[in-house]
Formats: sequence, structure tokens, C-alpha cells
Amino acid sequence: MAESMVEVRNVTKVYERGKQKIEVLHGLTFAIPKGDFVALMGPSGSGKTTVLNLIGGLDQPTSGQISVGGSRLDELRSGELAHWRAHHVGFVFQFYNLMPVLTAEGNVELPLLLTKLTAAQRRKNVAVALQVVGLSDRAKHKPRELSGGQEQRVAIARALVSDPQLLVCDEPTGDLDRSTADEILGLLQVLNREHGKTVVMVTHDPKAAGFASRTLHLEKGQLLEQAA
Amino acid sequence: MTRTGLVVANLFRKRTRTVLTLLSVIMAFVLFGLLQSVNSMFNAGADFVGATRLMVQARVSFTQPLPISLVPKIEAIPGVARVAYSMWFGGVWQENTPLFVFAIDPLRYRDAYPEYLMPDAQWQAFAHTRTGMIVGRMLADQYGWKLGEKIPISSNIYPQKSGSKAWAFDVVGIFDGKDEAWRKQTNIAFINADYFDEANQFGIKGRTNFFIVKLADSKQAQAISKTIDAMFENSPDETKTQTEKDFNLGFIKQIGDIGLIVHWILFAVFFTLLLVVGNTMAQSVRERIPELAVMKTLGFSDGSVLGFVLAESFALCLCGGLVGLVLATALGAMVEKGTGGQFVVQLDGGVWLIGIAAIVLMSLAVGLLPALRARRLRIVDALAGR
Repeated sequence: MAESMVEVRNVTKVYERGKQKIEVLHGLTFAIPKGDFVALMGPSGSGKTTVLNLIGGLDQPTSGQISVGGSRLDELRSGELAHWRAHHVGFVFQFYNLMPVLTAEGNVELPLLLTKLTAAQRRKNVAVALQVVGLSDRAKHKPRELSGGQEQRVAIARALVSDPQLLVCDEPTGDLDRSTADEILGLLQVLNREHGKTVVMVTHDPKAAGFASRTLHLEKGQLLEQAA
Repeated sequence: MTRTGLVVANLFRKRTRTVLTLLSVIMAFVLFGLLQSVNSMFNAGADFVGATRLMVQARVSFTQPLPISLVPKIEAIPGVARVAYSMWFGGVWQENTPLFVFAIDPLRYRDAYPEYLMPDAQWQAFAHTRTGMIVGRMLADQYGWKLGEKIPISSNIYPQKSGSKAWAFDVVGIFDGKDEAWRKQTNIAFINADYFDEANQFGIKGRTNFFIVKLADSKQAQAISKTIDAMFENSPDETKTQTEKDFNLGFIKQIGDIGLIVHWILFAVFFTLLLVVGNTMAQSVRERIPELAVMKTLGFSDGSVLGFVLAESFALCLCGGLVGLVLATALGAMVEKGTGGQFVVQLDGGVWLIGIAAIVLMSLAVGLLPALRARRLRIVDALAGR
């Protein structure tokens, strides 16, 4: 059996909105093997993004265990989680979330400021990451000078540049037209197949999910298989 | 790219806003520098003099002259080395340029103020020339006065017996100061008290504004001060004797309200500045909450994000503050030069230190709340726009 990259065991997540408590995940359990490309699908409010936030170390579960790459995220404190994120996970968002004041290469270099690499080494890594996403010629351009697809490529380069084993993507094609979306999904597929990255992608789009090697369906905070 | 580069890039994301904010910081620190150095100037006047001399004036006011006949009585007090006297002339050069001109007894004044340096021959010439005048080096340089020249000077107080307020004096000496501090006090001129006494139209003959009592022993200053005032108590010419420092402080008290106004102006300026810069920083953080959340997502710790915002605030205040203080220094030098040293607006080390402390405090005051907000930001909520 393949080694797990992500192990989620009996995880619950409760949000407090004022006096109201909303349980979003109910004892969720699943595993994602290393090198897998998983699409998370489900209706709005099913808890997809919450799952993504938890396995990306952006949030903590109310109860249960989450292991990613052998690290127990549910036991890490805020500072430790930040350090873990810097070295083990890359994020791709629906709306790219690039820094408008930085050029493409500046955006890609940002996570490397948290490493001990020299400026020359950082520049080299940035160049490689931009080459992987096919944007070497747009390195000096600011986000407003790029198309949506190009911005998302920069975001993917930023997610890749510190060479994490896990990429978490929250509707990475939600803001793109079909053909650009297919390009981005193709790129994620290449990263998964040729570079061995484990990809977890939230999507509403069945066609996007088709690029993944398998799909997990969430509904009302439980995997459909489990719910069934 | 470096962390510093990121701070600078974020600082100038809204260039116009940053430049305008920077300009307001610069203006505030120019004002701060100039006004603070005005305060320092007053204090410097008080610190400048030692306690080796006492100043005796009429108890009511120095504008009420005392009889020169008191000199021997004061001089007879044990511990008094020499007594000089000085009368405000109210000099005006050409159309409307006020001058510091005093009528003095030359040789007594020389003994009381050895800090003023002038060849003995010129002192003697001054003592023996009724219309003689000695001028300080700064004044002489400013107006190009030379020995032997006759200088027409008006008095805005005292007319001559003819009724004319136009006087003329012969420059018989040019004095210097013994050191830098005293050289800055050479923007004055002295005329012969005997001549002034005879020639002025007012009935104030034999009187002077104040006596300068040079002490043989500075430790006796307080005792001698009390003795002098006790000596003339209940007489028509009651006196008020102070150290030179206190005498100058007396003048400062008259402009004490100006000092208070200066402080209030600075308070208003900095309070407004806090609002302006504070608002800029708060707005800057508010409008990039998602970006800060992304930074945290990428692995920047809460402390790092707090540091970035504080660094922006510090950079803004530091740039504006330093430029403001440098401009104030330059303006102060221009004012000093423009007034021929009569108005010494100098940003000394003390003003710079207070200025730098103000920069640091202001950076914290305007940056801390936005920085804490950025630090407390929950990634999930910020990314979701909550």
C-alpha cells in the first residue's frame, strides 16, 4: 500500500459565529497517498475548503488528528504551523492572491525569504519555477500586466518554488475560461505526474475533477462513501 | 528582492498617498526642529552665563533706572570685585534695523566682562572718546564697519538735546569673544555712558538700567545678592539682585508664554500628524488584509507580519523625520545668517535626540495598532473576506 501524504482521522470542525456553533466536519476520516492527485467535490457548505484549510495547516481541527507528510498538524502551535507551511505545502487560490506591488519573480521569490538561501540561489530557484510554468519571459511583469491564466501560473510557481511535496489548490480554475482552465489543470497534472507532487484540489467543476486521479465527494461534512 | 524591498514596495503602493503623508511628516519635523531649537536658544542663554556676576536692577522693573551713585556703595561690599553699569540705548541702524546698543562705562565694563577681547589701546580710546563706540565683531562684519568710521545711529527712545533722534558715533574699537559662545554674543555695540548721559534730552541723568556686579568669589553670590537688596530696602531705589542666569531667566519668563505656545503648537502639529499618518497606516493595512493573509499562508509568522507593518511605519516616520530635521537645520542656519547671528536657531544634539525619540515614538504610535491587527489576523477568516 502507498505511503500516505495526508491522513485525516475522525476530524471534526466547529465554527463559532457569535453564540451559534456550526459543526462543519463530522468525524471525517480519509487518507491521500503520496503522489496522488485528488479532487475534492461537493456542494457549497459541504466543508471542502475547510478540509483544504486543515490539511494545508491554515486552521486547526476542533478534534481529531491530521498528519501531513508525517507531521501532526493538530499538535502544532501557530508559529510552528507557519514554519511548517513555509517548507511543506504550496497554495494555489481561485483569485491568485498575488502581491500587486511585486513583479512575477518578486511574487515567486516571496516564500524563499523564509529560507536561508542566498539572493543568487533565490533568483535561480525563481527562474526554474517560472520556467516550469512557462512564464520566464514575464518575470519582470507585475500582476496587473498579466492575464488571469498567467497570474495563476505565477501563483503555481510561487507554490512550487520552495519545493513542497503537497500542493493544495482552492478552485484554481474557478476564475478562468475553459481553455485557460484546461492549461492550468494540465500544468497541475504535469506537476503531479512528472514532479511527484501530491495535489489536493477543491473544485465545483466535474471537468476539472477529471484531471485528478480520483475524486472525493463531500456532503454535509462527511465523505459520501462514509456517509453511505 | 529582500524584506526591506518588500517594505519599500508596500510603502509606495499608493504613491501619491505616501508622498503626501511623507510631506506632512517632513513639515511637522521642520516645525518641530525650528521651534524646539528656539526653546533651546532661550535655555542656552540662561546656561551661557555663570554665577560669577550679579545683575542689579530696580525692584519694580529694569526699565526704571537706578542712580549711578549706588556704584561705590555696592563696590564697597566685601566680595565685590568690580561694578559696571549698562543702559539700553535702543539703537536703530538706517531705516528700521534694530541694534543692541548699550551705554556703558568703558573701563568698568572691560573689568566686568573679560570674555570680550579687544586691544587695550582701543579700550583706552573708547574711554577717552566721548562719541566713541565699540562694536562686536559680528556686527562690524555684518555692516562692514571699520575703525575710524563715523556711524549714524538713531535711538528709538532717546533724542539728543537738539530734539533729534539721530546720533553719530566714532568706531574706536572692535571687540571679539574669547570663544565660540562669546563670539556669538558680539552682535552688540557699546557707547560711552558719559556722552550719552550729557547729550540725551531726557531727565534721567546719572541713572542706568542695571549694574553688573563682578564677584571676587562666586560662592558668595547669594550672600552678596541679599546684602545689596537689604542695603537699598525701603529706599527710593529698591533693588532686585539676581545671578546673571536668573536675570536672563527673568527675560525668558516674559517670553514664557511663547514657550508655552511653542509647546502647544508642537502638540497640535504632532497630534494632527498622528491622525494623518495613523490613518494612512490603518488604511494601508485595511486594504491589503487578503495580502497579509497570503503572507501568513506562505509561512510568514504573526510576528513577521507585525514586524513588516511596524517597519513600514518606522520607514515612513524616519524618512520624513530625518528630512524634516535636516531641512530645519538648514533653515536655522539661514535664519542665523540672515539675522547676522542675532537669532541663533541651531538644532543642537539635544534637539536631534528629542527628534529621533519623537520619530521612534511616532512610529510606534501610528504603527502599533495596525500592526497588531495584522498580527491577529486569522488566515481563514481573512481569505474568506470575513
